[in-house]
Parts: sequence; C-alpha cells; structure tokens
Amino acid sequence: MLKVKSAGLGFRHGSAVNPVLQDISFRVEACGSCAIIGPSGCGKTSLLFLLAGLLQPTAGSIEITGNPRSGTILQNFGLFPWKTVGQNIGLGLVIQGANRDRVHRRVEQLLDEMGLVGFGEHYPGQLSGGMQQRVALARALAVDPEILFMDEPLSSLDALTRERLQNLILDVWQSKKITTVLVTHSIEEAVFLGKRIIVLSRRPGRVLRIVENSEAGCIDYRQTENYFHQCTELRAILQGEYDGQEA
Amino acid sequence: MGRKRDILFAALILLVLWEISALLLKSMALPEPWVVLLDTFGKLADGSLLDDLAISSSRALLGILLALFTAVPLGLAIGAEKSLGKRLSPFIYLLYPVPHVVLLPLIIICFGIGNFSKIFLIALIVFFQILVTTRDAAKNIHRNYFSAMQTLGASKWQIYRHVILPASVPKILTAMRISIGTAVAILFFVESFATTTGLGYIIMDSWGRADYVGLYTGIICMAALGFSLYLLLDRIERRICAWTQTG
Repeated sequence: MLKVKSAGLGFRHGSAVNPVLQDISFRVEACGSCAIIGPSGCGKTSLLFLLAGLLQPTAGSIEITGNPRSGTILQNFGLFPWKTVGQNIGLGLVIQGANRDRVHRRVEQLLDEMGLVGFGEHYPGQLSGGMQQRVALARALAVDPEILFMDEPLSSLDALTRERLQNLILDVWQSKKITTVLVTHSIEEAVFLGKRIIVLSRRPGRVLRIVENSEAGCIDYRQTENYFHQCTELRAILQGEYDGQEA
Repeated sequence: MGRKRDILFAALILLVLWEISALLLKSMALPEPWVVLLDTFGKLADGSLLDDLAISSSRALLGILLALFTAVPLGLAIGAEKSLGKRLSPFIYLLYPVPHVVLLPLIIICFGIGNFSKIFLIALIVFFQILVTTRDAAKNIHRNYFSAMQTLGASKWQIYRHVILPASVPKILTAMRISIGTAVAILFFVESFATTTGLGYIIMDSWGRADYVGLYTGIICMAALGFSLYLLLDRIERRICAWTQTG
C-alpha cells in the first residue's frame, strides 16, 4: 500500500522557497489504481517523481509498505534512442545483472505481449508514437513490478491509439495485479483508469478533491452512464479551478 | 553507390582544374597532374614510398588514438560531473587557446627526437579538440535520460555505460573528423625536421632538391592518408552509430 502523508515539495531560490506541492495526503491500496489530475503546471509530474522516489519530499512523508519492485514510465517515454527496442526493454534486467539468456527470453516474451514482434532490432526513432509507448510499457514491465508509475504516458498519441493503449494499461493492471499510479491531464483517461482520482489545485498543488470511482476497471466502463456522469463531475471540479485562474 | 560516384566526379573536376592551372602558370612549381600521378604510381609500385607511407600513417593514427583514449574519458567525466567540471573547466579555458605546437622544444627535451615526440605532439593538439567536444556533449544530455536510468536503479558506472557514452558518441565522431585534418597538418610539421622518414620528410626533401614532382607526390600521398582515415571513420560511424541515421 502507498501512503502519502501531508507531503510537500519546495524548490529553493536563494533565500526564498518556491512551493510546488503542499500538504498532499492520500493512499492507494495494493492492486488498486489511482489517477492524478490537475491544471497544467500544478506539480503533477513532481508528485509522481516523489512517489517514484526520484525526488524527496521537503515536508511530510511517503510510505510504501513492503518495499515493492516498481516500474516507471516518464513523460515522452524516456526511451534511449541509441538502443534498439529489444535493448531498451531489457535494460532494467541488464542493470539488475540478469544473465543474457534470461534477458533475451523476457524481451521476446514482452515483444510478443505488446504486439511488437519483429521490431526488436529497430530503433525507437523508427517507430510510431503508439509503438514507442508500448516499448516504454514493456520496459517498465520487464522487471515484474508490483507498482507502476506513469507520467502522462499517452498524452502525445492520437485518440484511437490512446484508447487502445488505455485498454492495454487496464489489462496490465487487472491481469498482473499491479498497483498503478497514473498522472494525466485527460479527464476521460483519469475516469477510465483510476479507481481513485486525486484532483490537484493550481500551483502550489494541493489536494482539491479525492473522487472515488469504484466502477473503473473494465473495458466496457466507457459505454456506461456512470462513466459519463463521473467525467462530468470531474470536469465541473476542474472547471471551477480553472475559472478562478483567469477571466 | 551514388556517394562514391560523386566523390570520383569531384576528384575529376579538381584534376581538371589543376591541369588548367598548370598549363596557365607554366611554372616548375606546379607540375601537371598526370606527371605527378605517374610518379606516385611508379614510386608506390617499386615500393620506395611504402615505408614512408606506413610510418606516417602509424604516427598519425597512434597520435589520434592516444588522444582519443585520454580525452574521451576525461571529457565525459568533466561534462557529466558538475563539481569536476567546475574545477577543471577554467584550466581548459586557459590551456585550449595556447598554440600547442610551440611546446615542441619542451617535448623534444622530454621525449627525445624519436617517434614518440611526434606522436605525442599530434596527440596533444588533437586531445583538446576531442576533450572540449566530448565535454560539451556529455554536459547537454537531457535530464529525462538520467531520470529514466534512476527509475531502473542504475549505478553510476551503468549510467556512463548506457547513457553518457552512447549519447556523446555522435559528437565524439564529429570531433574525430576535425581531428583527422589537424593530425595530418601536424604530421607534416613534425616530419619536416629531425627525421629522414615519413611523407613530411619526402615533401621537404623534394623541395630542397627542387624536385617538384616528388614534392607533389608527397602531397598526394598525405592527402590519400587523410582521405583513408576519413573513410575508416565513416565505416566505424555506420557500425556504432546506426541509430542516428534513423531520424
């Protein structure tokens, strides 16, 4: 389980501290899913960096019980253009010191699962955005994570590719029992993928509302009335926040 | 291949221009190209130039390699480690613009007048060209790549191995390309005195004897040496830098 207790983050500028996040508290159950949404510049990415351990909070604490293996997908995928698709996917295992055979088998298996068979020797620059995203997902999954952090993983994709990949992420979360935490600026994505939705305020980011969205978790949810209802509600909350911002 | 044809065509045009200049100038100091080429092929066929060609090639190549294997690790470290860069960059600023050729007397006192002094001077000059470029390349690697490595749990050595070095390789190769031209120029300088071998000596000796055809034969061989190094570098680049050609 992931517990965030009044976590804060500030960057120092000389003697002044520029607050990015203030008093953030929420929790994510094991095998649960959580979407973090908020206006742009509200510190969503910083929050994900805190959760993934890439940054340390300057106030409060973040507790992850059981020290689970984690996988992270950064904005713009974070793939290495000088490594082939196969090398990118296998990198986490190589870093852990896995032998060549094991890396090779795992890479083949993931290429198959992600529909990338035949692209192992390609470079990321030769693939479409949707395929690159699947490579990033495969790389994060290679180490069998128990918790998966994603920072706007689908923001640069076209609508149809987006939906297909949302389904893929849903499938990963459900079938592999991976706790997922997703940062997004898309209302539909948050409602489709987050059983719990954390809405952040404008900068400095605070928790504006925590929306329980227990029906998320099946592919057909998109076609239900409740889905539209949740989207509308979330939009209203965010709209209120934007209205305060500027006329 | 189209590129090969283009190079041959360019060579042909240069030869024609040379021929026209020689005919117009009617000077001993500019013999006609076919005379020079006949002399070159003759000397290569009877083996009288092969020793000089071999020794010049090895001096240039060893100088470049010595510079490469010292400048690249140092440049990567200075570029990637902020504190090291802060401490060492002022020295580079001061030492880089010094015309290192003037250190020749000192080098000769230290290392004698043998081959090592010649190789050392070539290496010294080329060293700074590669060092500065490598440092700048390592310094400007996008943060995302480091974050991605951090999420995979990489050690410092692994970050060098998988990110800093491969990301810098294209610029290192560009530096090498510039270095080849410099190395050949310095090669001529160090071979123009205190030696009786090498293409530089052939050129100076022919000049002294007013053997202008021999002089141009030396020049042609030196150009061919530089050109061969370029071709070698192209081949290496295609092998280790395939990803830059994928867009």
